Amino acid sequence: MRFAVVVFPGSNCDVDCYRALADVMGQEADYVWHRETDLSRYDCVVLPGGFSYGDYLRAGAIAGQSPVMEAVRKFAARGGLVLGICNGFQILLEAGLLPGAMRRNESLRFECGDVYLRVERETPFTHSLGEGDVLRLPIAHAEGNYFIEPEGLEDLEAHDQIVFRYCDSRGRITPAANPNGSVANVAGVCNRRGNVLGMMPHPERYVEAVLGGEDGRLLFGSAISFLRGEERP
Amino acid sequence: MKAPWRDMGLRDSEYERICELLGREPTWTELGMFAVLWSEHCAYKHSRPVLKLFPTEGPRVLLGPGENAGVVDIGEKVAVAFRIESHNHPIFVEPYQGAATGVGGIVRDILALGARPVALLDSLRFGPLSDDRSRYIFGGVVSGISGYGNCLGIPTVGGETFFHEAYRQNPLCNVMCVGLVPRDRIRRGVAAGVGNSVMLIGAPTGRDGIHGATFASEELGEDSESRRPSVQVGNPFLEKLLIEACLELTEADAVVGIQDMGAAGITSSCAETAARAGTGVEIDVERVPLRERGMTPYEIMLSESQERMLVIVKRGREDEVRRICDKWGIACAVIGRVTDDGIFRVREGDQVVAEVPARALTASAPVYEPPAEEMPEAIRAREADLSGLPRPEDYTAVLRRLLSSPNLAAKRWVWRQYDFQVRTSTVLAPGADAAVIRVPSTRKALALATDANGRYCYLRPRRGGAIAVAEAARNVVVVGAEPIAITNCLNFGNPERPGVMFQFRECVRGMAEACRALGTPVTGGNVSFYNETAGQNIFPTPTVGMLGLVEDLDHVTRPGFVSPGDWVILLGRNTEEIGASEYLKVVHALDAGEVPALDLELEVRVQRLCLEVIRAGLVRSAHDVSDGGLAVTLAECAFASPGLGCRVSLGEELPPEALFFGEAQSRIVVTASPEAAREILDLARRRGVPASLIGEVTEGELSLSAGDAVIEARVEELRELWEEGLSWALS
Repeated sequence: MRFAVVVFPGSNCDVDCYRALADVMGQEADYVWHRETDLSRYDCVVLPGGFSYGDYLRAGAIAGQSPVMEAVRKFAARGGLVLGICNGFQILLEAGLLPGAMRRNESLRFECGDVYLRVERETPFTHSLGEGDVLRLPIAHAEGNYFIEPEGLEDLEAHDQIVFRYCDSRGRITPAANPNGSVANVAGVCNRRGNVLGMMPHPERYVEAVLGGEDGRLLFGSAISFLRGEERP
Repeated sequence: MKAPWRDMGLRDSEYERICELLGREPTWTELGMFAVLWSEHCAYKHSRPVLKLFPTEGPRVLLGPGENAGVVDIGEKVAVAFRIESHNHPIFVEPYQGAATGVGGIVRDILALGARPVALLDSLRFGPLSDDRSRYIFGGVVSGISGYGNCLGIPTVGGETFFHEAYRQNPLCNVMCVGLVPRDRIRRGVAAGVGNSVMLIGAPTGRDGIHGATFASEELGEDSESRRPSVQVGNPFLEKLLIEACLELTEADAVVGIQDMGAAGITSSCAETAARAGTGVEIDVERVPLRERGMTPYEIMLSESQERMLVIVKRGREDEVRRICDKWGIACAVIGRVTDDGIFRVREGDQVVAEVPARALTASAPVYEPPAEEMPEAIRAREADLSGLPRPEDYTAVLRRLLSSPNLAAKRWVWRQYDFQVRTSTVLAPGADAAVIRVPSTRKALALATDANGRYCYLRPRRGGAIAVAEAARNVVVVGAEPIAITNCLNFGNPERPGVMFQFRECVRGMAEACRALGTPVTGGNVSFYNETAGQNIFPTPTVGMLGLVEDLDHVTRPGFVSPGDWVILLGRNTEEIGASEYLKVVHALDAGEVPALDLELEVRVQRLCLEVIRAGLVRSAHDVSDGGLAVTLAECAFASPGLGCRVSLGEELPPEALFFGEAQSRIVVTASPEAAREILDLARRRGVPASLIGEVTEGELSLSAGDAVIEARVEELRELWEEGLSWALS
């Protein structure tokens, strides 16, 4: 499968995503510059983490307006898979491809460390996982406090758009397991069609045991399996 | 104005020397240029003769002191560039920006070598957290490092944080950066090739940070708040673009030399590149992109605006550089050219505003060797009679107090704010004895640690300096690495005081001895003097930045216990030493007593044995014994492994407080399966290293005994004290 890793000025997890896809998962991957306007060659587009344009305005606000996002919009409209990780998630929100917004973490500090996520539904990126499965992945952000007004949350839930929630190691959704104050412990949401996913945790960081975990492989592996047209296990 | 040089920090005799070197009186701009490059910060006037004591050569050293950073060879055509630098004065005035720009500056030093920065470490010292201002500075510094470093995508993987009254008026922020570079791509800051272009890339130049280097070379006073304009403001996004652009430039054959622009900005970078290459440089300040209008040549030459680099480019190939800068959206401009006359000439259009031999700026500053004499109060503190101190009634209660004290408590509150995983190379994250970063495309990894103990250095500077090196080496050994080289950041008070000069000379002497014994040459670093406020000097604090090399990722070893039933072995020997310990500080509020002895020969043997048994695959866990002593060390081994504890009994007939909390040097706790443990003990006998079986790994309880004295507690209960100690001190 062919993956595009978009590089905005200030992206800094682009190399990590590329390595995870190309070196670990053995897929074809290209860096795609933020001025690119055609993504039709790809099966999946990844918007990596970082601090695009320094995140000086609001996280992802300027990148959300860049030329490549118009191409991402078209790509998504045709059903292509789009994964926004951390800053990539923030960019998808700012570009209007996903509902909601990010606030600063409740602690008002940058938070780096492991969290547990409960898989809430099937999407291409959770294709090989089951509902209720628990993943351990790292977060690293200062603005990951997902917000959506109550009607919006009802709408999200009604359309089953919450893909991951922060949970404890046994899968229980508790306030203590919420690292940033996100509404309803939301860690990742998708569009109604399910082909665009934004998530704060970093799957690309846990793809090798030597780095502390391998649960990230399950996400990328799911996308690959889905694209190959394989059945859900 | 009478004697304007005095306001710029120059002595009358230095002014006279400048007149002699020039054969005339300097212009205003020239005077400013001399003032910054002859500041203590840039010229090492009081430290140079002493620094000669350091061993600087070794088979791995490719570039040593005098370059932007040290570079060592780690084999497989890969080299490591690393350096540590202080940003102490700025954080006292403006904690967030002071720390942020400290990160930015050291990153550009590494970048100038053509290396990709891959790790940051921070060695921090603050006043006690009971003090409002110290809490404010601490929080600001940590968020400044976080805000800047995280944005760059360079993981902050380690360091240390220590609180003490000695740093109340003079906190320390030392930042270490480590970079990787293919051996054949190492770049140097040279203005070579007459006629080549001098280009400035990155941020436009503004009025920020004028005379920052001079500020760094003064004592702080009552009016330090008013020095806020001397602190620069960082733009990490621009620095990130600058990193990517510079790394592309280093691959371009059009580029001859790269130099970072730190203290003293354009003045130092031009003078240094010319002096290194034995050439001259001529620039025109009218061609420097400016941030604000009406800047004088003097201001342009002395500005310390951040995120700028100087690039020397082959004549006629400037467009290749422009293309790369355009791609990354950063400004660039040709500001001058390389000449053959050894002169650094500055024009403003047609008018020459400065014309100085480059070497007069970089190599002709006077050297001072002021008198040195040990401070009587340090002698008194060292020789204090500690025999009358009451013995604890409850050793478990003492351990609880130690574990929750800010200096020994977990530092998670700090390092959770740092992105320590970006670049997906971090094998050992903060919290272990040393951080471990893998080297892409090899089985190798780098082990990184910083260490300094100001109290030891205050009470017995020579030994304290040696211990800083020995302990930093031990820190990388226990994670499975061979110590290969150090960088250092020497933080001291006012060198014009004999007591401070004594501390400086003796610390360096001790460090040099340890470096020789351990085979770790000094590849560079930085001296920060004048850490004195209102007559109060800091503890002498020479920070060691240690580089260790892990030959194979399989050797990486962690501090935490692994399996119940494993044997706990102590390499090295317990002693009755209790002086200079955290125990005395926390329990008796004393900075006193004799510093633990350091037998370098024993230290080397302990370290070699530890590395040998790790590499042989015999060891399940390893942890250095340091601040807080053996009891704290064993507790930390348990904290790192949920559910596990240990039962240890110490057989020596020594005072229990010394056995539990004394800080005797050259000790390492390792655990191993019983069979492997027998092999370790046997090897230790053959290698002549003291080693003893002291207990076994158990579940859930920490149980230590020394004669009748015992420490008994549930690990989970201790863990909470240790994990939350720092947060409690902050709230």
